[in-house]
Amino acid sequence: MSGPLLQVRDLSVDYLIDKGAFRAVKNVSFDIGRSELFGLAGESGCGKSTIAYAITRLAKAPAWVAGGEILFDGQDLLKLTEVAMQKVRWSRIGMVFQSAMNSLNPLMRVEDQFHDVLRRHNGFTREQSRARAEAMFKLVGVPVNRLRDYPHQFSGGMRQRIVIAICLALEPALIIMDEPTTALDVVVQREILEQVIDLQRSLGFSVLFITHDLHLMSQLCNRIGVMLKGELVEVGDVKQVSQAPKHEYTRKLWASIPQLPARAREAV
Amino acid sequence: MNALPSSLSATVNAEPVITLDGIERSFGFVQALRGISLALRPGRALALVGESGCGKTTCARIIARMDHPTAGKLQFRGRDATHAGTGNEERTYRRAVQMVFQDPFASLNPVFTVHHHLARPLALHGHAKGKAALAKGVAELLAGVGLEPDLTAHKFPHELSGGQRQRVNIARALAVQPEVLVADEPTSMLDVSIRLGILELLARIKREKNLALLYITHDIATAAYVAEEIIVMFAGQMVEWGSTTAVIGDPRHIYTQLLLSAVPDPDRPFVPGDSARFLGHAEEVRRLSRPASSVVEEVGPDHFVRALGTPS
Repeated sequence: MSGPLLQVRDLSVDYLIDKGAFRAVKNVSFDIGRSELFGLAGESGCGKSTIAYAITRLAKAPAWVAGGEILFDGQDLLKLTEVAMQKVRWSRIGMVFQSAMNSLNPLMRVEDQFHDVLRRHNGFTREQSRARAEAMFKLVGVPVNRLRDYPHQFSGGMRQRIVIAICLALEPALIIMDEPTTALDVVVQREILEQVIDLQRSLGFSVLFITHDLHLMSQLCNRIGVMLKGELVEVGDVKQVSQAPKHEYTRKLWASIPQLPARAREAV
Repeated sequence: MNALPSSLSATVNAEPVITLDGIERSFGFVQALRGISLALRPGRALALVGESGCGKTTCARIIARMDHPTAGKLQFRGRDATHAGTGNEERTYRRAVQMVFQDPFASLNPVFTVHHHLARPLALHGHAKGKAALAKGVAELLAGVGLEPDLTAHKFPHELSGGQRQRVNIARALAVQPEVLVADEPTSMLDVSIRLGILELLARIKREKNLALLYITHDIATAAYVAEEIIVMFAGQMVEWGSTTAVIGDPRHIYTQLLLSAVPDPDRPFVPGDSARFLGHAEEVRRLSRPASSVVEEVGPDHFVRALGTPS
């Protein structure tokens, strides 16, 4: 099918409070193309994670999608039944959350966590799951002999890689990454994101990348949207948003990041 | 023990408040710190930079006396303070050395107001007596960290944003009128847009109160922003140290170079197909940087680099 993979149209999300509602996302519209890396930037509380939860319909009360459409492959996700939505989650839209390192079950061996997901969505047998898990471990660069380990036996960076591997095992068309590397140090962050770029190139999935770090985002994404207090104030090509930001807030966001002197930034 | 050049900045004459000399700390088989030597001087900021698990927080805990070294010497105002002293000595030490922690959400007591958090240290350390004096002291502290006293003092922690809470934490540390402030990743849980304000606040109070600041971070870009001197740590060792201009401008150790190259840079988009090369390179740098080495080279004025050890 042609056309954008994801079209968010006039999306509004409210948080119900004692008196009325707080509108966390206000009439936001954007598209994500096939095989496109789209970034959503903004400070905490601007509504960027709320959008991620709305797309996957994981927004729970008091959050309430007040209006708009979320078209995924032309189909409005907001109109799907919960059963149909469960088929979309993970199989078609994968998610890597901020604390993804802690989203692994500490009591299950990693291999079993692959099997859990693959059996549920693809009806895989244990042998099929193991084969897929091994392939995925190779893909993200974790030694295959560690599949029988428990999550606590891995470092933070490795755990984040495992979550990405589980996510990729179902070959989703879109992966939502909400601050996937914020808790990691810069070297590990670059290792993981370079891998994501390579995997994206070879597997062709689209990415919705959410972070408050504009510098990082512009190293990674094709297009960027900047959010302020629930509104999308600027959307554009990475070059335009980084070199000729139109909105005052985008300029302020750029200026707020301490940068190294030019000579210290030589490539390795 | 390694004989290390213990004066980090011979060019600065101010007497150090705290000196570490060849500090070692091991947890069972793990050597968390190997021969750490540094000096904290009034009005100067020193940044300790490295990846998670490299020992920077262990180092901070030793300086704050929340942990004790297995070997090496800690000096306070020129006198040995490696081991716990008398009650009075401990009180003096703790009054002089205060900490600001990483998590602004966990480091304030949720059932007490901001006023309580600040009035208590003021009263306990005898800096203010009586209701009026306490209120005045609290107001001064809040104003000093850029918070509106009338709007903030009566609030509970949950009514404040992360950045505001971190400001309260800094005010709480300042209430004791310390000489040394140890800030352990004070901005890593805050938004990029808030970070700069906190860093500027730290730089200002350091200047105004002539504080010795130890700034601990994994973000070498913010370290360069705040500190006059930088120590890069890896696997419990200081691998490169000296003036910020020297270390950032002319990094000599392969790990420092790796760290600098990984700082997000909008002018250098990731190149597809590069991950295998970068991962291989990073792994090689870690492998080469890990072994212990006692050879330190002075590569320039106020700039030291540890030679690579022999991989076992």
